[in-house]
Amino acid sequence: MADGIRITRLNAWFGPRQVLRDIDLAVVPRSVTAIIGPSGCGKSTCVRCINRMHEVVPGARVAGRVELNGEDLYAPGADPVEVRRRIGMVFQKPNPFPTMSIFDNVAAGLRLAGVRNRAALHEAVERALHHAALWDEVKDELGKSGAGLSGGQQQRLCIARALAVEPEVLLMDEPCSALDPIATAKIEELIMELRKELTIVIVTHNMQQAARVSEWTAYFLLGELIEFGPTRGLFTSPRDSRTEDYVTGRFG
Amino acid sequence: MSRIAVRRATNAAMNILAALAALVVILPLVLILGFLIFRGSTALNVAFFVHLPTPVGEPGGGMANAITGSLTLIGLAAAGGVPLGILGGVYLAQSRDRRLPWLCRFLADVLNGVPSIVIGIFAYTLIVLPMRRFSALAGGVALGVIMLPIILRTTEELVRMVPASLQEAALALGLPQWKVVLHVVLPTARAGIITGVMVAVARIAGETAPLLFTAFGNRFWHRRLDEPIAALPLQIFSYAISPFDDWHRQAWAGALVLISLVLVMSLLARLATKGLYNRRGTYG
Repeated sequence: MADGIRITRLNAWFGPRQVLRDIDLAVVPRSVTAIIGPSGCGKSTCVRCINRMHEVVPGARVAGRVELNGEDLYAPGADPVEVRRRIGMVFQKPNPFPTMSIFDNVAAGLRLAGVRNRAALHEAVERALHHAALWDEVKDELGKSGAGLSGGQQQRLCIARALAVEPEVLLMDEPCSALDPIATAKIEELIMELRKELTIVIVTHNMQQAARVSEWTAYFLLGELIEFGPTRGLFTSPRDSRTEDYVTGRFG
Repeated sequence: MSRIAVRRATNAAMNILAALAALVVILPLVLILGFLIFRGSTALNVAFFVHLPTPVGEPGGGMANAITGSLTLIGLAAAGGVPLGILGGVYLAQSRDRRLPWLCRFLADVLNGVPSIVIGIFAYTLIVLPMRRFSALAGGVALGVIMLPIILRTTEELVRMVPASLQEAALALGLPQWKVVLHVVLPTARAGIITGVMVAVARIAGETAPLLFTAFGNRFWHRRLDEPIAALPLQIFSYAISPFDDWHRQAWAGALVLISLVLVMSLLARLATKGLYNRRGTYG
């Protein structure tokens, strides 16, 4: 049984346009895998296929296999809702629920999944906020709207919201691209902390970021996986000339 | 004149023009309200709110039955129109199908343009004829049908305005679509949907034509919903065309009460959703 995420011959389309071609990728559990590549290369689509969010877009289609710990997430009986509960996601732009308080934002996943016990909710919210390194900043204003926080705090709130349901995998789709360098540094620190317990796949435009936080890196170009390997190796001695062009800044 | 002076002058002129336009827009409302207060307040007293209408020639009396009647009719209409309109609006905004929503939207817009008296005839044929009596129920159905397309289309527009990123966030948490709609989409659109509902309520509160042969009017209290029921617009109509000065004054008072009723309901709805507006504001 293969642990972690195993992607086999994954193809994806938006309407008639094919955005992913025969992707094969194996993500090691409890590690950080970075996906890099120029805009439009399919890296976001690839992570959205992992938690079955790609199919949410009208006209979008997926073919191929994605396994989590040996289980096919696209098997006929697989429920996308269940898949998404096991695989959390953080988006490019912080998107806390505007009608909910900070507490309610973090509790949303559990509460709407049927958890009613107040003590359990409080404990889970506190743990998730600690995990997301936000607790000290918000512990006295849990009742306030999450929309009043700074961009970086909002993004950490979204991470806490995703962590509260205790996913096995956390997908991060350019989580720092809307943040300033200080907020980015905080999120990166957080990623280093989280990878001890979670499998993380992070899409990033920022090669330095990939080099800093990830153990494995995949380079995508025009919907194809060009190269995949240990981060250090991919950046210092790429096997493919296209990867070399990209990581040395000659292109993209 | 220097360039900056020209710009300042243009700016000042445009400001004045815009302010004037705003004044002209609210002028009719102010005039109507002022005139109603002027003509209507003389007949307005406690008796007007608690007494039944008196027979011709007998002074005093009120429109208590018409006030409760109007509220009953609005309640009946809203009981059907609000949930159906909101659910339908969510469907129109969220459905992936193209044809059925297109047809619904088209028909709703046609329905919105149908004269209210025709909707009255529809309710008459559908409910009054088979039941062989005029009734509050028939009036409520007629008003509900008028409400429906307004609420349907406003809800659709507002649900569409909820950022897709919020829905994605909720879906990615592992929530089924219906919970996403109930706990994230509708609360986010709530303030606007309530405004839409109030617009629809204001519209039906003053409808007279569709009530003529459905609710019919009643000079006494109604006891059951399958009986004819009084309504403020009907009462105003019959009093206004009567030859008695006393009734004319009461008609003015009725109009004042009707418009105040709508104003108070709108204000309450605004106040109840004020916090939500603010939170939406800081989000975007």
